[in-house]
Amino acid sequence: MSGVDHGQDQEPLLALHDVHKRFGGLHAVNGISFAVATGSIKAVIGPNGAGKSTLFNLIAGNLPVSSGAITFRGQEIQGKKTHQIARLGMARTFQNIKLFHGMTALECVMVGRHVQSRSGFFAGLFNLPATWKEERAIRIRAMELLDFLQIADLAHVEASSLAFGQQRAVEMARALAAEPKLLLLDEPAAGLNIYETAEVARLIATIRDMGITVLLVEHDMSLVMDISDEIVVLSFGTKLAEDIPASIQKNAEVISIYLGENNED
Amino acid sequence: MRIRKNLSLAALCLATVGLHLLIVATGTQFYLTQLTMAAYYGLVVIGLGVLMGYAGQISLGHAGFFAIGGYLAAALTTRNLQPFQEALPVRMLDCLGLLATGQDIYGAALLTVTPWAACVLAVLAAALVALAIGVPVLKLKGHYLAMATLGFGTIVYRILLASAYFGEADGIVEVPAFPLLPAVGRFGPVVISGDADHRILNFYVAWGILILGIALLLNLIGSRVGRALRSLHSAEAAEASGIDTGRCKLQVFVLSAVYAATAGVLLTHFNGGIGPGEASVMKSVRYVALVAVGGMTNLWGTLIMGVGLTFLSLRGVFGAYDDVVFGAILIAVMLFAPGGVLSLRLKEFAYRLIPGGRS
Repeated sequence: MSGVDHGQDQEPLLALHDVHKRFGGLHAVNGISFAVATGSIKAVIGPNGAGKSTLFNLIAGNLPVSSGAITFRGQEIQGKKTHQIARLGMARTFQNIKLFHGMTALECVMVGRHVQSRSGFFAGLFNLPATWKEERAIRIRAMELLDFLQIADLAHVEASSLAFGQQRAVEMARALAAEPKLLLLDEPAAGLNIYETAEVARLIATIRDMGITVLLVEHDMSLVMDISDEIVVLSFGTKLAEDIPASIQKNAEVISIYLGENNED
Repeated sequence: MRIRKNLSLAALCLATVGLHLLIVATGTQFYLTQLTMAAYYGLVVIGLGVLMGYAGQISLGHAGFFAIGGYLAAALTTRNLQPFQEALPVRMLDCLGLLATGQDIYGAALLTVTPWAACVLAVLAAALVALAIGVPVLKLKGHYLAMATLGFGTIVYRILLASAYFGEADGIVEVPAFPLLPAVGRFGPVVISGDADHRILNFYVAWGILILGIALLLNLIGSRVGRALRSLHSAEAAEASGIDTGRCKLQVFVLSAVYAATAGVLLTHFNGGIGPGEASVMKSVRYVALVAVGGMTNLWGTLIMGVGLTFLSLRGVFGAYDDVVFGAILIAVMLFAPGGVLSLRLKEFAYRLIPGGRS
C-alpha cells in the first residue's frame, strides 16, 4: 500500500489517456484513462469481452491504438513497436503461454535476458572472446531466476514438455530476466489450482517488493482482492470504476455487472 | 555444449581425412571431384538450413543467390574490360590493383578483375540483393514468403538466360583458377581449380571451407543472436522479450545468401564455368528438400544429407530421374519424417547399441 501513496506525488510509471481501439464497427476499448503508480500492483478486471486483453495488447504495442496516448516512463509509446517498448523496460507474460519451441527452460529464460545484453551478430558468428563473459553472466542470471521460481531442477528440460504451472513459471522467469520496470501479467492464475494460485499471489507480492511495478489482468477474484493496491473495472470497453479493493467490493455497480453474476469463464 | 561442438567438428575433420584415405585405399580417386562439388553444395544447404530450421523462414530462391555469386565471379574474371578502360569503376579497380591482364584464346589482350576481387564483389552483390529483397519479402509468412522467393529465383534465372553478358543458355566458360593463397616457403600455392593435379588439394580446400562454414553457424546458434533467431517461431513472445524480429530475420537471410553466393563463386572456379541450370527453380527446390531430409533444426543432419545426397546425384546414381528423386524425397520426408531422416527411430536404435546411452 505504501507503494501507492509514495507513487502519487511522482509521475506514474504508466499512464493511459483517453485510449480508444476500434475493430471495424466494434469499439473494443472506449476512452480508457488510468495511471499505474511506480511500485504498485494494479489489476484490471471485467467480464469476458470487456476489452482487457485488447488493452494489454495496446499497452505492449501488439496492436496500434485508434486514438489516445499511452505514456511509459515519461515517453509516449503508442505507435512504437513491441520490441522497442520492451527495451524501455516492459515485460509480459501471456494468457495462453508462449514459450519457445525446441528450447530448454533455461534457454527460454536466457532469451528474456536479450534486452540486458548486447553481443551482436558478428560477435556470435565468430564466437569472439568478448562475448564469453556476457554469455556466462546471462546463464548465471537465468539460473538464479529459475531457482527463484523453484524450477531450477528443470533447467535443462525442454520447456514445451513441462507441466502447465511450470511453463507459467518459466514465462515469469523469462519476463523477470529482462529486469523490467513494469511487468504485465495476463491472467497469471488461469488454469492453476487454489494452492498454485496462492503461490502466484505470494510471488507477485514478492516481485512488487523487488521494486517491479505490476499490472495484471485476472479473473480470479481472491487473487486480485488480496494483492492489488488498486483495481480498474472494465465493462464493454469502458472504465466502470477505479479504486482500492475494499471499495471495489462495495461498489454496487461493479457488483451488479461483475461480481454478482455467475462468473464461470 | 562447447565441448560437444568442438568434438563434433574434430570428428568431421577426421572424417574428411578418413574419406580421403578410403578413396586412396580403394583406388577411386575420381570420386574426389564429386566430393569437392558436394562440399560446396553442402555450404548452400547448411546456410539455408539455419534460415529454414532455426529462423523458420523458407526460401525457394537460394539457387538465385548461388547463381549471383557464381555468375558475377565468372563474368568479372572472364569478360574483357579493355573497351571500358576509361570508365570510372574500371579505373578505380585498376588503381586498387584489382585488375589482371592476360590473353584470350586468340591472343588478344584481356583485362579482367582478379579472382579475389571478383569473389568479394560477387558475394557483396548477393548480400546487397538479399538485403534489398529481404526488407519487403520477409514481412510475408509461410506460403507467401515461399512464393515471393520463388519469384525472385525465377527472375534471376530468366535474366541469366536472356542476357548476352551472362552467355544466355551457354553460361560462362573458361573461368580461370582461383589462387586462394600464394606459395609460402616449401608449400605450393592454394588454388581452386578443376585441374587434375590439384584434385586432392581442392578436396581439402572445399571440405575445410565447409567445416569452417558449419563451425561459424554453430557459433551463431549458440550465441545471444542465435537464441533470438530460434525464438522467431514464437514471434509475439520474441518481440515482447525485446527482440527486433524483422532485423533478426533479415540478418540470417543475408547470411544464408552469403553462404550460397560463396559456394557459387568457389564452385564456378572449380568447375571452370557456370550455366543457367544452377539458377533454376528445381535447384532451389532441391536445396529445400535437402534441408528437410536432414531435419530442419538439425544442422549436422542437414550437412550429412546435403553432402551425401548431392554426391550420389553428382555421381549420376539417380540417372535421368534426378529431379524426380529429389521431389519424391521432399514428399516422403514431409509425410513420414518431418523432423528429418535422422530423427527416425534410427537414433533410438543407435543409442541402444551404445551401453549407457540414452534410451
